[in-house]
Amino acid sequence: MAEAGKIHSPPPGRQKERPDQRLSVIGTRMLRKEDPRFLAGRGRFIDDITLPNMAHAAVLRSPRAHARIRSIDKSAAEALPGVVAVITGEEAARETGLLPCFANPPVEQRCIAFGKVRHVGEPVVLVVADSRYLAEDAIGLINVVYEPLPAVSDMMEAINSHGDAVLHPERGPNNVAEHRDYVFGPVEEEFAGAAHVIKRRLRWSRSGGQPIETAGAVASFDEGSGKFTIYVNGSMYNYIGFTIATALKVPSHQLNIVPVDAGGSFGSKLFLHKVSVLAALGSRASGRPVKYIEDRIDNITASDNHGSDRIYDVELALDANHQMTALRYKVVDDYGAYFQYGLGTHGNGFSQTVGPYKIRAVGAEIYAVFTNKCQQGACRGFGSEVTNFMIERIVDAAVDELGLDPVAFRRDNFIRPEEFPYQIPTGNLYDSGNYPGALDMALEMLDYKNWREKQQLARTQGRYVGIGVASCQEKGVFSATEFWMLNRDPGFALTSSPESASVKIDPTGKAVISLHAPCWGNSPETVATMVLAEQLAMDPADISVAYSDTDHGLPGTGPGGSRYTVMVTGAVTGAAAIIKEKLKRVAGHMLEADSRDLEFRSGKIGVAGAPGLEVAIAEVAMQAHFFRLSLPDDPELTSGLEASYTYDHPLATLPKNNSDFGIFYPIMGHMCHMPVVEVDTKTGQVSFLDYVAVHDCGTMINPMTVDGHVRGGTAQGIGTALLEHFQYDRNGQLLTTSFQDYLMPRVAELPPTIRIGHLVTPSPYTEYGVKGAGEGGRMVAPPAVVAAIEDALRPLGVRIDTVPITPARLRALIREAEARKGPRR
Amino acid sequence: MDTLQINVTVNGRAYQRRIEPRLLLSDFIRHEIGLTGTHIGCENGVCGACTVLLDGLATRACCMLAVQADGRRIETVESLGRANNLNPLQRAFWEMHGLQCGYCTPGMLMLMTELLRENPNPDRETIRLRLNDNICRCTGYEDIVNSVQRAIELMRGETAVR
Repeated sequence: MAEAGKIHSPPPGRQKERPDQRLSVIGTRMLRKEDPRFLAGRGRFIDDITLPNMAHAAVLRSPRAHARIRSIDKSAAEALPGVVAVITGEEAARETGLLPCFANPPVEQRCIAFGKVRHVGEPVVLVVADSRYLAEDAIGLINVVYEPLPAVSDMMEAINSHGDAVLHPERGPNNVAEHRDYVFGPVEEEFAGAAHVIKRRLRWSRSGGQPIETAGAVASFDEGSGKFTIYVNGSMYNYIGFTIATALKVPSHQLNIVPVDAGGSFGSKLFLHKVSVLAALGSRASGRPVKYIEDRIDNITASDNHGSDRIYDVELALDANHQMTALRYKVVDDYGAYFQYGLGTHGNGFSQTVGPYKIRAVGAEIYAVFTNKCQQGACRGFGSEVTNFMIERIVDAAVDELGLDPVAFRRDNFIRPEEFPYQIPTGNLYDSGNYPGALDMALEMLDYKNWREKQQLARTQGRYVGIGVASCQEKGVFSATEFWMLNRDPGFALTSSPESASVKIDPTGKAVISLHAPCWGNSPETVATMVLAEQLAMDPADISVAYSDTDHGLPGTGPGGSRYTVMVTGAVTGAAAIIKEKLKRVAGHMLEADSRDLEFRSGKIGVAGAPGLEVAIAEVAMQAHFFRLSLPDDPELTSGLEASYTYDHPLATLPKNNSDFGIFYPIMGHMCHMPVVEVDTKTGQVSFLDYVAVHDCGTMINPMTVDGHVRGGTAQGIGTALLEHFQYDRNGQLLTTSFQDYLMPRVAELPPTIRIGHLVTPSPYTEYGVKGAGEGGRMVAPPAVVAAIEDALRPLGVRIDTVPITPARLRALIREAEARKGPRR
Repeated sequence: MDTLQINVTVNGRAYQRRIEPRLLLSDFIRHEIGLTGTHIGCENGVCGACTVLLDGLATRACCMLAVQADGRRIETVESLGRANNLNPLQRAFWEMHGLQCGYCTPGMLMLMTELLRENPNPDRETIRLRLNDNICRCTGYEDIVNSVQRAIELMRGETAVR
């Protein structure tokens, strides 16, 4: 059991670059390296890849939620001129293995359904043809006979499913994928001694990343060498790309995965095994390169990346002084038809399951269930955004029921700035933070008191104006060690989640950085360039960035879990240190000075304290590349100037047991959001009058791109709160299969401006003190916006326990509230 | 399938092609002409990533057949500035962080090009109203609105650094 509180002998850090030094590039609003090519229409996205003699694939999607495939007649499709290959699930199963799964034991999923379909949209037949148009023509000629099975759509019913309604009978007699009970700290004792217990049932509905670009792959099988090349807009290829080779039944060195620019992901392109295997399967069968790009319906119905879909029964224990002491919840999570990350989205939440508060104990009973829906994957927050919603909703419920002040109650329960590093009951560590500081900044920026007065005035005018307050955590930099404790048997109990960078200085003194993860809409080139420019006192214009494929790739985990900026900063810093050492040795020889006396100054290396006694990096580079015999006979001074560095997790420990996961997600960002909304009670429309977002991600490499993440993430969080919902009916039919039905925020649904405040509490563990910032906005906006709406409707006594709170749902709640109050006079 | 001959002008250059009548304008631009800056997002006219100018009017290229463009004039993102010589609107998007993944960006640029030709000095509300036609999933739009306001300044020649 991990005892919550300040750790007095914290684990030693490996930080080399201190946050408090004078910096000249880091911290500036440098314009992005990535942008000019995108602005000129010269990005290289997956559908921009064209190979000679390339064929095109499309899939026949299951129209059924749950059925046995009785027969497939593909003769007419095969006879259509221009069709190259028509591949059923049965045929694919001879050529390919199971898709990777991080649950243990794994749940069997194939790139094409074999025997049974388990959700609408699941691939049933792959067609390869001379053009996408022909491939889709051929799909129309395929006749599949299905034998319907009972469809499971309701997650509560799934717990007790039996017989033919069971999706994966080999795993057990019902649709419970996993049922685990975790106890962190003295939960029973705290509830037994509680002065108050607050209870709520909460509903977080299924939504998803839905980037404007879908997923896709272009695969080419070279018969001569037996090797696959796959271009794909996924991310984790240098981490677990070899599992795609396993699915293709080839050795991993017979697969090269090439990254491309990704048109957004928000988690949904973390690991695109299905599109990769489909394109590769088509290529091996047809002998031609094959492109497979999901259309929007493919992506919405079968991306394998829907977000969390949960019902919580949550209880909060408080003592007589209104100190929160323990949190206990039972949660049912509808994972859909497969279980690729196992309980990963709940393990993620355990990293910050007490929020910013001094809660001493946590109990969690988790039911993961199978239903006939697209499976869950990753969606900006990876489950922790739901944990935040649960915590902030139960905090607001306590505020309501006990008649407290939402600001003072939070402040009184915060972990104090002097209590870091702080261990939470799950064993994870919060490295640093200043939660009262963020709250105060938000209060001041919003002019909270003034808005409260305006709210009073509005109420006298019959207007419904509300202010929301939410204080949430943004965990950064996963170690993935929590997965040990999520499976009954740890299975593949990995402890590495590294990131690498390679730096090469050419003979003219220009630098190329090779990254081992893709451009995903984050700013990897900008960040890596700024860190190297800082390290070598170089002009950022003299640095360019390339992306390694798996043949040339070093260990890299890629963007995800608010980790990349932290990790690539560490990797570039490490590579730069090696380069600097060599530059100094060569320069020392050229200047006839001790290399220990040298310093880097704007494109030059010079003797400290001796202005003018210096040599340009370009001259040193030329020397290092071409004039070996002019240098000492030192084995360290081989020709050239390049270095690679793999940066491992800055702070993680081994898990201990089911009640103490160890340190697994410690680089802790924080946000405080305060939206002001007005509700039109006649239409249920919510409009924003103001929005303040305070964010603390430690040292910022580039405040401009942090602002961008905060605004964009907040916009997505507002979408989650108000609009976005993958709606399945009782038969497992997805009703929202286009952007006309799956509603995402347009500019009109969002605040005219989101006013951002930056608090900087550097991490003591990462280089320069950087923390993550990619997920934060979506991790706090839902509870903040819902709290604001509830506050606006306080005169009516409306309570909101469900997201999204669409105008129709809000109207229903208002009608119920009005009915409770009796007929209007 | 039978083909039809069309004559179109794309970014000032005349093209004559024989195509299937069912070929979408978006696929024609991307795969027949090879201008891949125009992107496909939803294929049913909602997101606007495929927006091009057709005889000067912002048009969803995914919801139109290429044969319908016969005899007409198309402008795509490639008609604006080059990566090493951005035009003021592109420059403003760069300066004001009006893009992140860059996928919706060509559609946004063409939509705003139409607006700024109609009205060289739109106010913030007018910009927002027009921007409501397209979806961006990364930025939350605010920095796009700021970019367009900055473009107005740049086009007026008020190039003060900010």
